[in-house]
Amino acid sequence: MSTQQQPRLVEVRQNVLKQNDLLARNLRERFREAGVFVVSLVSSPGAGKTALLERMLTQLRQEECAVAALVGDLATEADAARLARSLAPVRQITTGTVCHLEAAMVERALEGWNLDGLDLLFIENVGNLVCPSSYDLGENLRMVLLSVTEGEDKPLKYPTIFNTADVAVITKTDLSAAVEFDAAAAHANIQLVRPGMRVFEVSAKTGEGVDELLRLLCSRSAESVKAVSG
Amino acid sequence: MHELSIALSMIEMATEEAVRRGGVQVKAIHLKLGPLSGVVKEALLFSYEVACEDTPLKGSQLVIEEVPVLIYCIACRAEAILPSIQRFCCPACGTPATEVLQGRELEVVALEIEELEIEKLEIQA
Repeated sequence: MSTQQQPRLVEVRQNVLKQNDLLARNLRERFREAGVFVVSLVSSPGAGKTALLERMLTQLRQEECAVAALVGDLATEADAARLARSLAPVRQITTGTVCHLEAAMVERALEGWNLDGLDLLFIENVGNLVCPSSYDLGENLRMVLLSVTEGEDKPLKYPTIFNTADVAVITKTDLSAAVEFDAAAAHANIQLVRPGMRVFEVSAKTGEGVDELLRLLCSRSAESVKAVSG
Repeated sequence: MHELSIALSMIEMATEEAVRRGGVQVKAIHLKLGPLSGVVKEALLFSYEVACEDTPLKGSQLVIEEVPVLIYCIACRAEAILPSIQRFCCPACGTPATEVLQGRELEVVALEIEELEIEKLEIQA
């Protein structure tokens, strides 16, 4: 008779990112209670997240919208300094070697921050088109950026991040002609990986297209506030 | 490359479960992985081996079951497996697929365990 015991299989059924998802759910509830609409920005490094954000913060402040931003970066605080020029409250999240933001980092960055007076909060993720797709940050809307200099096929190369986003923004359109950007192909590729997604074309440099994007954010923000109070 | 932190989370989860079950030995973790999880299988397998060092799970196996993306086609009124995540269209009729039913999984479904302590006592007796 053998005393050797066979390993046995026990069912567990646990999402590996459960901890992050729970924190994200708490954050989303906190944002809802405070009446703040939260938009995250994801893109590859250098697609123009900070430039677009600087432009959006400045314009929204001029329209007397209460805005703020959290900005994730591996090492520097340069982005927060750039965004602070808009005079909106900005906090930097320095992730060290971590290539993405997690809900816990957002929670820590928000410590002691009164969200009640805010209309819109932006969260700029670390420049990366892979890892951020796995992590819910509690945001209401995820915006994926694609710059014209990156090429039209980016959505096909990184389908997951495009599929998990709610809105796509094509940036640096002032450079379209110089790089012979094929806008129709870019739109088609986005629709292939995320059918029905709204796509905006903007230039943070000239401001072209930014108004239209802000109109969407403001109307979505107003809808969510109405949903809470109604 | 966030597979290392994913691997560490799994090991932590399995260790907690092993303690909860009275100090059993975890021989393997069975994971369900979808193409839309944002996690690469090979990178995760590599990270898992590295991350297991100096933990009670050293030498354990990571068994990954890859599940396809499942969509619901509103035209066919049926579920279908998506052949490629570069094309979210129904493979039967070509209608754009907006409803994703499966494919984001990053889920520990089961643990293979061995009841260490009891076995040792039996051998001694």
